[in-house]
Amino acid sequence: MVVGVPLGVWLGIRRFLGRGLLVTLVNTGMGLPPVVVGLFVFLLLARSGPLGNLELLYTPTAMVIAQVIIATPLVVGVTMAAIQGLDERLRLQILSLGASPPQYFWKLIIEARLSLLAALAAGFGSIISEVGAVMMVGGNLRGETRVMTTAIVLETRQGNFSMAIALSLILLLLALLINLLFTWLQQRRGA
Amino acid sequence: MSALLQLEGLRYAQGGRTILEIPALEVREGETLAILGATGSGKSTLLRLMNFLLTPQAGIFAWRGKTVTRPVPLSLRRRVAMAFQEPLLFQGTVSQNVAYGLALRGLRGAAAHSKVDEMLRLFHIDHLRHRSTRHLSGGEAQRTALARALVIEPELLLLDEPLASLDLPTKEQLADELKHLLGRRSITCAYVTHDQEEAVAIADRVAVLENGRLEQVGAPEEIFYHPRTPFVARFVRTGNVLLGAVEQSKDGLAVIRLQEKWLEAVSDVPVGRQVWVCLRPEDVLLSQEERISPSRDSARNHLAGVITAMRSNGATTQVALDCGFPLLALITRRSALDLSLSPGDRLVASFKATALHLIEEGDTEKR
Repeated sequence: MVVGVPLGVWLGIRRFLGRGLLVTLVNTGMGLPPVVVGLFVFLLLARSGPLGNLELLYTPTAMVIAQVIIATPLVVGVTMAAIQGLDERLRLQILSLGASPPQYFWKLIIEARLSLLAALAAGFGSIISEVGAVMMVGGNLRGETRVMTTAIVLETRQGNFSMAIALSLILLLLALLINLLFTWLQQRRGA
Repeated sequence: MSALLQLEGLRYAQGGRTILEIPALEVREGETLAILGATGSGKSTLLRLMNFLLTPQAGIFAWRGKTVTRPVPLSLRRRVAMAFQEPLLFQGTVSQNVAYGLALRGLRGAAAHSKVDEMLRLFHIDHLRHRSTRHLSGGEAQRTALARALVIEPELLLLDEPLASLDLPTKEQLADELKHLLGRRSITCAYVTHDQEEAVAIADRVAVLENGRLEQVGAPEEIFYHPRTPFVARFVRTGNVLLGAVEQSKDGLAVIRLQEKWLEAVSDVPVGRQVWVCLRPEDVLLSQEERISPSRDSARNHLAGVITAMRSNGATTQVALDCGFPLLALITRRSALDLSLSPGDRLVASFKATALHLIEEGDTEKR
């Protein structure tokens, strides 16, 4: 969100050489298979990899890196579309009332917040449901890098279906609560 | 009046196509300058350039005589405000919208509230202050947009067809209110419109744009009664813009040959020159041949003609005549009914020599 939203707004309002290529990359990233991301992060952080000396593989940090790479293009893409979806004259109107660049940036976010919350929901959805990449770079280590989704996979493989179902229900409940919050923010009166 | 904003040698192009080319134009302190032009004439682009939202390829802008540097400082941008044809309101309430420009300038609390209250009252929308902008009528939304632009007390207010999307009664009422407000507060305003009546109703001066070029700038009366080009004449609905030649010229009176007819006009245009003869339809008097003798009135021009078409526009009726050349006259609907006019009727069209305005054909090319 911290990276994706500003980048999306920036891509939505600026015209520069190479923007088309960047937008293509973002769009490609939106459909990036998480396992492929996991593989690249794994190779990057593996002991013999270029960042191996950081010793991040099988740590929560590695999982966060993979998740950010998976979610960012989604957030950037949806944010960019949301900003571009605003009437161009509305953007001019904000500037013509005397907005400084940061004020302009912020007002665009506020005006596009309905769609931006959809971007965040999409990003959140991609992360919370992710298994492949986090398992590859996190290793599914108990008490360290095991997350709900990887735990569900493990429990299912071991035949502990009741535990797997219980974890699934908690995950669903969590997703529901977060999305309820997004929906409330998105649909509240006057928004 | 001194100039608030001056433009010189302005050229703006987009995608290799020149959109605007204006040698010089100024907006004077306290005046309302109407920028009149058809769709695509570049008038909205001109307004955006005046708002420093676009950067021209060439040209110098001066603000109270001082050259504007690029990038334009925020402090200068904040002296100008703009409202568009669509209200373009933000999400939230009416008062939040009106307060937006003040908040940008760091003005909040009681001081901001009192300014917002004043604007809401001025635009008669104080009862709507807590209403969401999603639930406003077109007129209410436009009032909110105008209040939002005016609350920051801009030194230059730019209005881009702010009344174009309103129904006629709302439009007329808001135009009156706006004119009153601009005059009372001595607000300098550039007002873009394609509607000549709106321009006359609100402006001190009118600038006519055509294909990105300035055709004429002047007082409304000058534009309407002394258009400098055939385009301006047609755009301000002069009605009759016909090409003729001056055959005689003596003591300020010219005789113009128009096809096989001769007209007299008060003019100094020399003999032999080709001229565009401009005559407003409302200056043509129609009479039925058998009842009025042309020699009895003060008009110098009397032409017999046949009605070819009639078109009613509410309270008025436009009558097209064939007098040897096509001539349009505008009479009240009541007169048309009283005279029982219908196509094929023979009439006499009379008009004064002073009603004719001549544009020398060469003048158009010299511009």
